Amino acid sequence: MPKRGAPPEVNAGSMADIAFLLLIFFLVTTTIETDAGLDRMLPPIEPPDTDVIIKQKNIFQVSINRDGQLLADEELTDIKELKAKAIAFLDNGGAPSGSPDYCSYCKGKRDASSSDSPAKAIISLKNDRETKYGTYITVQNELVGAYNELRNREAQRLFKRNFTDMEAEYLNPETPDDVREELKEKVKRIQDLFPQKLSEAETSSN
Amino acid sequence: MSKFNKKKDAALPAVNTASLPDIVFMLLFFFMTVTVMKDSTLKVENVLPNATEIKKLEKKDRVIYIYVGKPTREYEKTYGTESKIQLNDKFADASEVGDYILMERAKKPQELQNVLTTALKVDKEANMGIISDIKQELRKVNALKVNYTTYEGDAFRNLQ
Repeated sequence: MPKRGAPPEVNAGSMADIAFLLLIFFLVTTTIETDAGLDRMLPPIEPPDTDVIIKQKNIFQVSINRDGQLLADEELTDIKELKAKAIAFLDNGGAPSGSPDYCSYCKGKRDASSSDSPAKAIISLKNDRETKYGTYITVQNELVGAYNELRNREAQRLFKRNFTDMEAEYLNPETPDDVREELKEKVKRIQDLFPQKLSEAETSSN
Repeated sequence: MSKFNKKKDAALPAVNTASLPDIVFMLLFFFMTVTVMKDSTLKVENVLPNATEIKKLEKKDRVIYIYVGKPTREYEKTYGTESKIQLNDKFADASEVGDYILMERAKKPQELQNVLTTALKVDKEANMGIISDIKQELRKVNALKVNYTTYEGDAFRNLQ
């Protein structure tokens, strides 16, 4: 009769080794950081049914040439001044008080020859095929920065916090639903005050 | 005297390592959950530009990646030094971008197909011509949400 007793213990001594092996594998393949970047919407390819007539004064034309020089509103501009110029244009509020476009929250110069209201103002960005991508991103960054600065100003005035904060919290999937619902309205309201109208024309090939 | 010599020949007790596998497993599970496998090897140089006004790309399952840049040194001989597009693991022409997006889109679950973002990971030395071609292709297949992936940092450093 063979000896009967408790079943023999499985030797677990090598478990740690196996776990270490797996651990090292995952350590090596891990990339924790999430990507970030500038979000943009491209215009749909179908042309709109009705041609909208936009007044010349409501367009802020930015062109970048192949050497990275900027032409903003027909003036040669340094890239560092672009943000201030874009803000001045968006925040101008040139429509006279009483007209339907009148902008009550604008703090600009109210110059009649510049944009009527932020809702009408359009920034048009044009670039050459030879333009460096880095330059293009810098210009995009400055223009988005101009919008964000104005939106932050209005968000501070209305809700006492920054728009960029609110938007980040709204977009974060970990934010609870009820908080998000509340933020959605606020974010929408600010976005309506300064809608981002950034048109990207097709590049010129010459 | 004898008081101090008492433990003279007692061996150093072994450290109990019974809980070591548990600790290692804990670490293992942590890394397993946060791991994102690198899905394609880069064949192009990919130094992204810097920007400050960035938004995080949440939810990796809703993103389609397109890489653009100069071929790396080992591919320089075959593909030259002009900027190239890399889709998945191979070089491609701008005209193939549309098909690639449609293919990737078909792979995703139905409910995500309308909320996909195209992440453009473009080297900062690339020319805008190639980007415009890609953008045109994206518009053709109605993939309008794009994200120019960048590093966080001073945007004026791109100009140097």
